Amino acid sequence: MPVVMDADRIARSLTRIAHEIVERNRGVDDLGLIGIHARGVPIATRLARALRAITGADVARGALDITLYRDDLMRPSTLAHPVVRKTEIPFSLDDRVVLLVDDVLYTGRTIRAALDALTDYGRPRAIQLVVLVDRGHRELPIRPDYVGRNIPTSRQQSVQVRLVEIDGRDEVEVEP
Amino acid sequence: MTAATALRSRHLLGIAELEPGEIQLILDTAVAMKEVGARPIKKVPTLRGRTIMNLFFESSTRTRMSFELAEKRLSADTLGMTTTGSSVSKGETLADTARTLEAMSPDMIVLRHEASGAPHQLARICRASIINAGDGTHEHPTQALLDALTILERKERLQGLRVAIVGDLVHSRVLRSNVLLLTRMGAEVAACGPATLLPPGLSTAGVRVTTSIDEAVEGADVVMMLRVQHERMHGLFLPSVREYFTHFGLTPARLARAAADVIVMHPGPMNRGVEIDSAVADGPWSVILNQVANGVAVRMAVLYLLAGGEGFEAQASRGVEAEQR
Repeated sequence: MPVVMDADRIARSLTRIAHEIVERNRGVDDLGLIGIHARGVPIATRLARALRAITGADVARGALDITLYRDDLMRPSTLAHPVVRKTEIPFSLDDRVVLLVDDVLYTGRTIRAALDALTDYGRPRAIQLVVLVDRGHRELPIRPDYVGRNIPTSRQQSVQVRLVEIDGRDEVEVEP
Repeated sequence: MTAATALRSRHLLGIAELEPGEIQLILDTAVAMKEVGARPIKKVPTLRGRTIMNLFFESSTRTRMSFELAEKRLSADTLGMTTTGSSVSKGETLADTARTLEAMSPDMIVLRHEASGAPHQLARICRASIINAGDGTHEHPTQALLDALTILERKERLQGLRVAIVGDLVHSRVLRSNVLLLTRMGAEVAACGPATLLPPGLSTAGVRVTTSIDEAVEGADVVMMLRVQHERMHGLFLPSVREYFTHFGLTPARLARAAADVIVMHPGPMNRGVEIDSAVADGPWSVILNQVANGVAVRMAVLYLLAGGEGFEAQASRGVEAEQR
Protein backbone atom coordinates (compact mmCIF):
# COMPACT_ATOMS: atom_id res chain seq x y z
CA MET A 1 0.00 0.00 0.00
CA PRO A 2 1.58 3.31 -1.02
CA VAL A 3 0.82 6.80 0.28
CA VAL A 4 -2.35 6.76 2.41
CA MET A 5 -2.40 10.42 3.42
CA ASP A 6 -1.04 13.31 1.38
CA ALA A 7 -0.32 16.86 2.52
CA ASP A 8 -3.91 18.07 1.99
CA ARG A 9 -5.41 15.18 3.85
CA ILE A 10 -3.02 15.63 6.77
CA ALA A 11 -3.87 19.34 6.92
CA ARG A 12 -7.64 18.68 6.82
CA SER A 13 -7.36 16.01 9.51
CA LEU A 14 -5.49 18.34 11.84
CA THR A 15 -8.02 21.14 11.24
CA ARG A 16 -10.85 18.74 12.05
CA ILE A 17 -9.09 17.52 15.19
CA ALA A 18 -8.60 21.14 16.29
CA HIS A 19 -12.37 21.70 15.97
CA GLU A 20 -13.07 18.51 17.92
CA ILE A 21 -10.71 19.66 20.67
CA VAL A 22 -12.50 23.01 20.95
CA GLU A 23 -15.91 21.34 20.95
CA ARG A 24 -15.08 18.68 23.51
CA ASN A 25 -13.32 21.04 25.90
CA ARG A 26 -15.72 23.97 25.29
CA GLY A 27 -12.87 26.24 24.29
CA VAL A 28 -9.14 26.10 24.94
CA ASP A 29 -8.90 27.40 28.51
CA ASP A 30 -6.46 25.39 30.64
CA LEU A 31 -5.37 23.26 27.67
CA GLY A 32 -1.74 22.35 27.08
CA LEU A 33 -0.36 20.63 23.96
CA ILE A 34 2.54 18.23 24.53
CA GLY A 35 4.15 16.58 21.52
CA ILE A 36 6.13 13.37 21.85
CA HIS A 37 9.56 13.49 20.17
CA ALA A 38 10.18 13.41 17.30
CA ARG A 39 7.13 13.81 15.05
CA GLY A 40 4.59 14.56 17.76
CA VAL A 41 6.32 17.90 18.31
CA PRO A 42 5.64 19.50 14.89
CA ILE A 43 2.10 18.06 14.92
CA ALA A 44 1.48 19.77 18.28
CA THR A 45 2.79 23.02 16.81
CA ARG A 46 0.41 22.75 13.86
CA LEU A 47 -2.50 22.02 16.18
CA ALA A 48 -1.64 25.10 18.24
CA ARG A 49 -1.76 27.15 15.04
CA ALA A 50 -5.13 25.64 14.08
CA LEU A 51 -6.53 26.25 17.57
CA ARG A 52 -5.49 29.88 17.40
CA ALA A 53 -7.13 30.25 14.00
CA ILE A 54 -10.38 28.96 15.49
CA THR A 55 -10.42 30.62 18.90
CA GLY A 56 -7.83 33.42 18.66
CA ALA A 57 -6.19 32.10 21.82
CA ASP A 58 -2.69 30.69 22.26
CA VAL A 59 -2.41 27.22 23.78
CA ALA A 60 0.70 26.40 25.82
CA ARG A 61 3.06 23.94 24.08
CA GLY A 62 5.70 21.51 25.25
CA ALA A 63 7.87 18.65 23.98
CA LEU A 64 8.26 15.32 25.73
CA ASP A 65 11.00 12.72 25.32
CA ILE A 66 10.00 9.30 26.59
CA THR A 67 13.27 7.45 25.99
CA LEU A 68 14.11 7.26 29.69
CA TYR A 69 10.71 5.67 30.38
CA ARG A 70 10.86 2.94 27.74
CA ASP A 71 10.42 -0.69 28.73
CA ASP A 72 12.77 -2.16 26.12
CA LEU A 73 16.19 -1.05 27.32
CA MET A 74 17.15 -4.68 28.02
CA ARG A 75 19.41 -5.15 25.05
CA PRO A 76 23.17 -5.19 24.50
CA SER A 77 24.59 -1.77 25.18
CA THR A 78 26.65 -1.82 22.00
CA LEU A 79 23.56 -1.91 19.76
CA ALA A 80 22.07 1.44 18.76
CA HIS A 81 20.47 3.21 21.70
CA PRO A 82 17.41 5.35 21.29
CA VAL A 83 18.64 8.94 21.28
CA VAL A 84 17.66 10.85 24.42
CA ARG A 85 16.24 14.23 23.48
CA LYS A 86 15.41 17.15 25.66
CA THR A 87 12.02 17.37 27.34
CA GLU A 88 10.78 20.97 27.46
CA ILE A 89 7.53 21.71 29.24
CA PRO A 90 7.52 25.43 30.00
CA PHE A 91 4.26 25.40 31.96
CA SER A 92 2.81 23.64 35.01
CA LEU A 93 0.74 20.55 34.31
CA ASP A 94 -1.19 20.83 37.55
CA ASP A 95 -4.92 21.14 36.91
CA ARG A 96 -4.41 21.49 33.19
CA VAL A 97 -6.01 19.36 30.49
CA VAL A 98 -3.06 17.92 28.60
CA LEU A 99 -3.39 17.02 24.93
CA LEU A 100 -0.73 14.40 24.34
CA VAL A 101 0.24 14.35 20.65
CA ASP A 102 1.99 11.62 18.67
CA ASP A 103 2.19 10.63 15.02
CA VAL A 104 1.34 6.92 15.07
CA LEU A 105 -0.53 4.88 17.69
CA TYR A 106 0.48 1.22 17.52
CA THR A 107 1.14 -1.03 20.55
CA GLY A 108 0.44 1.78 23.03
CA ARG A 109 3.78 1.31 24.78
CA THR A 110 5.03 4.75 23.84
CA ILE A 111 1.88 6.29 25.31
CA ARG A 112 2.25 4.19 28.47
CA ALA A 113 5.78 5.59 28.83
CA ALA A 114 4.55 9.12 28.12
CA LEU A 115 1.85 8.84 30.80
CA ASP A 116 4.52 7.79 33.31
CA ALA A 117 6.70 10.69 32.26
CA LEU A 118 3.88 13.24 32.53
CA THR A 119 3.10 12.05 36.06
CA ASP A 120 6.63 13.08 37.03
CA TYR A 121 5.98 16.63 35.88
CA GLY A 122 2.74 17.25 37.72
CA ARG A 123 -0.88 16.22 38.09
CA PRO A 124 -2.94 17.15 35.05
CA ARG A 125 -6.73 17.34 35.47
CA ALA A 126 -7.04 15.06 32.45
CA ILE A 127 -4.92 13.74 29.61
CA GLN A 128 -6.39 13.36 26.12
CA LEU A 129 -4.58 11.54 23.33
CA VAL A 130 -4.21 12.94 19.81
CA VAL A 131 -2.71 10.80 17.02
CA LEU A 132 -2.42 11.40 13.31
CA VAL A 133 -2.63 7.68 12.52
CA ASP A 134 -4.06 4.76 14.48
CA ARG A 135 -2.78 1.52 12.96
CA GLY A 136 -4.23 -0.89 15.53
CA HIS A 137 -2.52 -3.84 17.29
CA ARG A 138 -2.73 -2.43 20.80
CA GLU A 139 -0.86 -4.36 23.50
CA LEU A 140 -2.10 -2.18 26.35
CA PRO A 141 -5.54 -0.81 27.28
CA ILE A 142 -4.99 2.60 25.67
CA ARG A 143 -7.29 4.39 23.21
CA PRO A 144 -6.98 7.70 21.38
CA ASP A 145 -9.41 10.60 21.87
CA TYR A 146 -8.73 12.23 18.51
CA VAL A 147 -7.58 10.33 15.41
CA GLY A 148 -6.50 11.73 12.04
CA ARG A 149 -7.10 8.45 10.24
CA ASN A 150 -7.57 4.79 11.17
CA ILE A 151 -5.37 2.67 8.94
CA PRO A 152 -5.74 -1.11 9.19
CA THR A 153 -2.30 -2.70 8.93
CA SER A 154 -0.61 -6.01 9.52
CA ARG A 155 2.15 -6.23 12.10
CA GLN A 156 4.67 -6.88 9.34
CA GLN A 157 3.97 -3.54 7.69
CA SER A 158 5.57 -0.28 8.76
CA VAL A 159 3.85 3.10 8.81
CA GLN A 160 6.01 6.09 7.92
CA VAL A 161 4.77 9.55 8.82
CA ARG A 162 6.78 12.25 7.08
CA LEU A 163 6.45 15.90 8.00
CA VAL A 164 7.80 19.00 6.28
CA GLU A 165 9.53 20.17 9.46
CA ILE A 166 11.63 16.99 9.73
CA ASP A 167 11.47 15.12 6.42
CA GLY A 168 10.90 17.90 3.90
CA ARG A 169 7.42 16.76 2.83
CA ASP A 170 4.03 15.80 4.28
CA GLU A 171 2.79 12.26 3.73
CA VAL A 172 1.87 9.03 5.43
CA GLU A 173 3.04 5.87 3.73
CA VAL A 174 2.42 2.21 4.56
CA GLU A 175 5.38 0.07 3.60
CA PRO A 176 5.04 -3.68 3.09
CA MET B 1 30.53 16.28 14.09
CA THR B 2 28.01 13.48 13.72
CA ALA B 3 27.26 11.54 16.87
CA ALA B 4 27.57 7.76 16.93
CA THR B 5 24.40 5.75 17.61
CA ALA B 6 25.99 3.61 20.35
CA LEU B 7 29.23 3.09 22.20
CA ARG B 8 31.35 0.30 20.77
CA SER B 9 32.48 -0.99 24.12
CA ARG B 10 30.36 -1.95 27.11
CA HIS B 11 33.01 -0.45 29.39
CA LEU B 12 34.17 3.12 29.81
CA LEU B 13 37.84 2.69 30.60
CA GLY B 14 39.27 5.87 29.15
CA ILE B 15 38.93 8.60 26.55
CA ALA B 16 41.68 6.79 24.63
CA GLU B 17 39.16 4.11 23.62
CA LEU B 18 36.53 6.61 22.38
CA GLU B 19 36.10 7.93 18.86
CA PRO B 20 34.98 11.54 18.31
CA GLY B 21 31.47 10.36 17.34
CA GLU B 22 31.17 8.45 20.61
CA ILE B 23 32.31 11.48 22.61
CA GLN B 24 29.69 13.53 20.78
CA LEU B 25 27.01 10.93 21.57
CA ILE B 26 27.82 11.06 25.30
CA LEU B 27 27.78 14.87 25.31
CA ASP B 28 24.48 15.07 23.36
CA THR B 29 22.89 12.58 25.75
CA ALA B 30 24.21 14.53 28.75
CA VAL B 31 22.47 17.70 27.53
CA ALA B 32 19.15 15.82 27.62
CA MET B 33 19.97 14.29 31.02
CA LYS B 34 20.55 17.75 32.48
CA GLU B 35 16.86 18.46 32.14
CA VAL B 36 16.00 15.60 34.54
CA GLY B 37 17.84 17.44 37.32
CA ALA B 38 15.69 20.52 36.75
CA ARG B 39 12.36 18.75 37.27
CA PRO B 40 10.26 18.69 40.42
CA ILE B 41 10.71 14.89 40.47
CA LYS B 42 14.38 14.38 39.66
CA LYS B 43 14.16 10.72 38.84
CA VAL B 44 13.42 8.58 35.79
CA PRO B 45 12.84 4.81 35.80
CA THR B 46 15.40 3.99 33.10
CA LEU B 47 17.75 1.74 35.10
CA ARG B 48 15.13 0.28 37.42
CA GLY B 49 16.25 -3.11 38.68
CA ARG B 50 19.90 -2.65 37.68
CA THR B 51 22.54 -3.00 40.36
CA ILE B 52 25.54 -0.72 40.33
CA MET B 53 28.49 -1.10 42.68
CA ASN B 54 30.63 1.90 43.44
CA LEU B 55 34.09 0.75 44.46
CA PHE B 56 36.21 3.62 45.67
CA PHE B 57 39.67 2.49 46.71
CA GLU B 58 40.84 6.09 46.86
CA SER B 59 39.27 9.04 48.62
CA SER B 60 36.76 11.03 46.61
CA THR B 61 33.94 13.39 47.43
CA ARG B 62 32.53 14.86 44.28
CA THR B 63 33.09 11.96 41.91
CA ARG B 64 31.56 9.41 44.28
CA MET B 65 28.59 11.61 45.20
CA SER B 66 28.11 12.56 41.58
CA PHE B 67 28.07 8.94 40.38
CA GLU B 68 25.72 7.97 43.20
CA LEU B 69 23.34 10.80 42.40
CA ALA B 70 23.43 9.94 38.69
CA GLU B 71 22.64 6.29 39.48
CA LYS B 72 19.78 7.24 41.79
CA ARG B 73 18.31 9.68 39.27
CA LEU B 74 18.16 6.78 36.82
CA SER B 75 16.52 4.54 39.49
CA ALA B 76 19.37 2.02 39.72
CA ASP B 77 20.05 0.16 42.95
CA THR B 78 23.42 1.28 44.23
CA LEU B 79 25.94 -0.14 46.65
CA GLY B 80 28.99 1.72 47.82
CA MET B 81 32.29 0.45 49.10
CA THR B 82 35.28 2.36 50.36
CA THR B 83 38.62 0.94 51.40
CA THR B 84 38.21 1.45 55.12
CA GLY B 85 35.86 -1.00 56.72
CA SER B 86 36.09 -3.47 53.83
CA SER B 87 38.09 -6.64 53.30
CA VAL B 88 40.58 -4.62 51.28
CA SER B 89 41.99 -3.39 54.60
CA LYS B 90 42.45 -7.08 55.48
CA GLY B 91 44.71 -7.55 52.47
CA GLU B 92 42.37 -8.89 49.80
CA THR B 93 43.60 -8.31 46.24
CA LEU B 94 41.58 -6.29 43.74
CA ALA B 95 40.98 -9.38 41.61
CA ASP B 96 39.64 -11.36 44.56
CA THR B 97 37.45 -8.49 45.73
CA ALA B 98 36.11 -8.16 42.20
CA ARG B 99 35.34 -11.88 41.87
CA THR B 100 33.60 -11.87 45.23
CA LEU B 101 31.44 -8.90 44.29
CA GLU B 102 30.84 -10.32 40.84
CA ALA B 103 29.23 -13.36 42.48
CA MET B 104 26.49 -10.95 43.60
CA SER B 105 25.91 -10.20 39.89
CA PRO B 106 26.06 -6.42 39.61
CA ASP B 107 25.27 -4.93 36.20
CA MET B 108 27.87 -2.21 36.44
CA ILE B 109 30.90 -1.45 38.55
CA VAL B 110 32.22 2.07 39.00
CA LEU B 111 35.85 1.89 40.05
CA ARG B 112 38.25 4.43 41.49
CA HIS B 113 41.67 2.96 42.21
CA GLU B 114 45.16 4.27 42.95
CA ALA B 115 46.71 1.84 40.45
CA SER B 116 46.73 2.86 36.78
CA GLY B 117 45.04 0.17 34.71
CA ALA B 118 42.96 -1.29 37.57
CA PRO B 119 39.65 -0.89 35.67
CA HIS B 120 41.17 -2.56 32.61
CA GLN B 121 42.11 -5.54 34.75
CA LEU B 122 38.58 -5.66 36.14
CA ALA B 123 37.08 -5.45 32.66
CA ARG B 124 38.98 -8.62 31.72
CA ILE B 125 37.67 -10.67 34.64
CA CYS B 126 34.17 -9.25 35.23
CA ARG B 127 30.93 -9.68 33.33
CA ALA B 128 29.64 -6.34 34.57
CA SER B 129 30.26 -3.11 32.66
CA ILE B 130 33.20 -1.28 34.18
CA ILE B 131 33.30 2.49 34.44
CA ASN B 132 36.61 4.11 35.26
CA ALA B 133 36.13 6.80 37.92
CA GLY B 134 39.84 7.59 37.99
CA ASP B 135 42.76 5.14 37.93
CA GLY B 136 46.08 6.26 39.36
CA THR B 137 47.78 8.78 37.11
CA HIS B 138 46.23 7.28 33.97
CA GLU B 139 42.69 8.45 33.09
CA HIS B 140 39.55 10.02 34.52
CA PRO B 141 37.23 9.89 31.51
CA THR B 142 34.02 11.23 33.06
CA GLN B 143 35.91 14.29 34.32
CA ALA B 144 37.13 15.12 30.81
CA LEU B 145 33.60 14.60 29.48
CA LEU B 146 32.03 16.91 32.06
CA ASP B 147 34.74 19.48 31.35
CA ALA B 148 33.89 19.28 27.65
CA LEU B 149 30.17 19.71 28.40
CA THR B 150 30.96 22.77 30.55
CA ILE B 151 33.11 24.29 27.81
CA LEU B 152 30.45 23.60 25.18
CA GLU B 153 27.78 25.31 27.26
CA ARG B 154 29.80 28.52 27.32
CA LYS B 155 31.65 28.39 24.01
CA GLU B 156 29.35 26.22 21.87
CA ARG B 157 32.32 24.51 20.23
CA LEU B 158 35.54 22.67 20.98
CA GLN B 159 37.03 22.87 17.49
CA GLY B 160 39.78 25.50 17.35
CA LEU B 161 39.33 26.55 20.97
CA ARG B 162 42.50 27.49 22.87
CA VAL B 163 42.72 25.62 26.16
CA ALA B 164 45.52 26.10 28.71
CA ILE B 165 45.99 23.38 31.32
CA VAL B 166 48.17 24.49 34.21
CA GLY B 167 49.55 22.75 37.25
CA ASP B 168 50.73 19.37 38.49
CA LEU B 169 50.79 17.69 35.10
CA VAL B 170 52.71 14.50 35.83
CA HIS B 171 50.33 13.18 38.48
CA SER B 172 47.18 14.22 36.68
CA ARG B 173 44.77 11.72 35.15
CA VAL B 174 42.50 14.70 34.54
CA LEU B 175 45.19 16.16 32.27
CA ARG B 176 45.61 12.93 30.37
CA SER B 177 41.90 12.43 29.73
CA ASN B 178 41.39 16.08 28.85
CA VAL B 179 44.31 16.15 26.43
CA LEU B 180 42.99 13.06 24.67
CA LEU B 181 39.46 14.43 24.46
CA LEU B 182 40.29 18.01 23.54
CA THR B 183 42.86 17.18 20.85
CA ARG B 184 40.50 14.54 19.42
CA MET B 185 37.73 17.16 19.19
CA GLY B 186 40.02 19.70 17.51
CA ALA B 187 40.95 22.06 20.35
CA GLU B 188 44.44 23.57 20.70
CA VAL B 189 45.88 22.55 24.06
CA ALA B 190 48.76 24.20 25.88
CA ALA B 191 50.07 22.55 29.05
CA CYS B 192 52.09 24.37 31.67
CA GLY B 193 53.76 23.25 34.87
CA PRO B 194 57.09 23.26 36.70
CA ALA B 195 59.81 21.29 34.92
CA THR B 196 59.78 18.69 37.70
CA LEU B 197 56.09 18.02 37.08
CA LEU B 198 56.11 17.67 33.28
CA PRO B 199 55.27 14.17 32.06
CA PRO B 200 57.31 12.83 29.14
CA GLY B 201 55.64 12.54 25.75
CA LEU B 202 53.17 15.41 26.10
CA SER B 203 54.34 17.23 22.99
CA THR B 204 53.96 14.09 20.88
CA ALA B 205 50.28 14.08 21.93
CA GLY B 206 49.85 17.37 20.04
CA VAL B 207 50.17 19.61 23.10
CA ARG B 208 52.20 22.82 23.32
CA VAL B 209 54.31 22.45 26.48
CA THR B 210 55.67 25.40 28.41
CA THR B 211 56.93 26.22 31.88
CA SER B 212 55.62 29.79 31.73
CA ILE B 213 52.05 30.29 32.89
CA ASP B 214 51.94 33.70 31.19
CA GLU B 215 52.77 32.09 27.88
CA ALA B 216 50.19 29.33 28.39
CA VAL B 217 47.38 31.70 29.38
CA GLU B 218 48.06 34.23 26.60
CA GLY B 219 44.92 34.40 24.44
CA ALA B 220 43.37 31.30 26.02
CA ASP B 221 39.60 30.73 25.76
CA VAL B 222 39.69 28.26 28.63
CA VAL B 223 42.11 27.97 31.55
CA MET B 224 41.97 24.68 33.36
CA MET B 225 43.81 24.57 36.68
CA LEU B 226 45.01 21.27 38.12
CA ARG B 227 45.38 20.50 41.79
CA VAL B 228 48.83 20.12 43.31
CA GLN B 229 48.65 16.50 44.44
CA HIS B 230 50.72 16.52 47.61
CA GLU B 231 49.64 12.97 48.40
CA ARG B 232 51.30 11.62 45.26
CA MET B 233 54.55 13.54 45.76
CA HIS B 234 56.97 11.24 47.45
CA GLY B 235 60.00 13.12 46.17
CA LEU B 236 61.32 16.63 45.90
CA PHE B 237 59.05 18.02 43.23
CA LEU B 238 58.44 21.50 44.65
CA PRO B 239 60.60 23.72 46.87
CA SER B 240 57.60 25.26 48.62
CA VAL B 241 53.92 25.98 48.20
CA ARG B 242 54.59 29.73 48.36
CA GLU B 243 57.05 29.49 45.51
CA TYR B 244 54.64 27.38 43.49
CA PHE B 245 51.95 30.02 43.82
CA THR B 246 54.38 32.77 42.84
CA HIS B 247 55.28 31.02 39.58
CA PHE B 248 52.20 28.99 38.69
CA GLY B 249 49.26 30.30 40.70
CA LEU B 250 46.41 31.77 38.69
CA THR B 251 45.71 35.36 39.73
CA PRO B 252 43.40 37.99 38.19
CA ALA B 253 46.48 39.82 36.85
CA ARG B 254 47.71 36.72 35.02
CA LEU B 255 44.22 35.98 33.74
CA ALA B 256 44.14 39.41 32.06
CA ARG B 257 46.37 37.93 29.32
CA ALA B 258 43.68 35.47 28.32
CA ALA B 259 40.77 36.08 25.94
CA ALA B 260 38.22 38.62 27.23
CA ASP B 261 35.56 35.93 27.68
CA VAL B 262 37.90 33.34 29.22
CA ILE B 263 36.45 30.72 31.54
CA VAL B 264 38.37 29.17 34.44
CA MET B 265 37.93 25.54 35.39
CA HIS B 266 39.20 23.32 38.19
CA PRO B 267 38.40 19.62 38.70
CA GLY B 268 38.49 20.12 42.48
CA PRO B 269 39.27 19.87 45.28
CA MET B 270 40.93 23.29 45.07
CA ASN B 271 43.98 24.35 47.04
CA ARG B 272 43.20 28.05 47.38
CA GLY B 273 46.39 30.10 47.43
CA VAL B 274 48.41 27.20 45.97
CA GLU B 275 47.32 26.79 42.35
CA ILE B 276 44.47 29.28 42.29
CA ASP B 277 43.80 32.67 43.87
CA SER B 278 40.44 32.93 45.67
CA ALA B 279 39.62 36.03 43.62
CA VAL B 280 39.78 33.84 40.50
CA ALA B 281 38.05 30.79 41.97
CA ASP B 282 35.08 32.90 43.10
CA GLY B 283 35.27 35.41 40.25
CA PRO B 284 33.04 35.91 37.22
CA TRP B 285 35.31 33.71 35.05
CA SER B 286 34.82 30.67 37.22
CA VAL B 287 32.65 27.80 35.96
CA ILE B 288 33.86 25.46 38.70
CA LEU B 289 30.39 24.88 40.14
CA ASN B 290 28.92 24.37 36.66
CA GLN B 291 31.46 21.57 36.29
CA VAL B 292 30.07 19.87 39.37
CA ALA B 293 26.48 20.20 38.13
CA ASN B 294 27.43 18.85 34.70
CA GLY B 295 29.20 15.90 36.32
CA VAL B 296 25.88 14.36 37.29
CA ALA B 297 24.44 14.77 33.79
CA VAL B 298 27.51 13.31 32.07
CA ARG B 299 27.54 10.31 34.40
CA MET B 300 23.83 9.72 33.79
CA ALA B 301 24.57 9.74 30.06
CA VAL B 302 27.41 7.24 30.43
CA LEU B 303 25.35 4.92 32.65
CA TYR B 304 22.43 5.06 30.22
CA LEU B 305 24.58 4.38 27.17
CA LEU B 306 26.41 1.49 28.81
CA ALA B 307 23.24 -0.11 30.18
CA GLY B 308 22.55 -3.29 28.29
CA GLY B 309 20.46 -6.17 29.45
CA GLU B 310 21.54 -9.37 27.78
CA GLY B 311 24.93 -9.80 29.29
CA PHE B 312 28.24 -10.71 27.79
CA GLU B 313 27.50 -14.11 26.22
CA ALA B 314 24.40 -12.98 24.36
CA GLN B 315 26.36 -10.11 22.90
CA ALA B 316 29.28 -12.28 21.90
CA SER B 317 27.06 -14.77 20.08
CA ARG B 318 25.19 -11.95 18.38
CA GLY B 319 28.51 -10.54 17.25
CA VAL B 320 29.30 -13.86 15.57
CA GLU B 321 25.90 -13.90 13.86
CA ALA B 322 26.42 -10.38 12.59
CA GLU B 323 29.71 -11.41 11.06
CA GLN B 324 28.17 -14.38 9.34
CA ARG B 325 25.45 -12.32 7.73
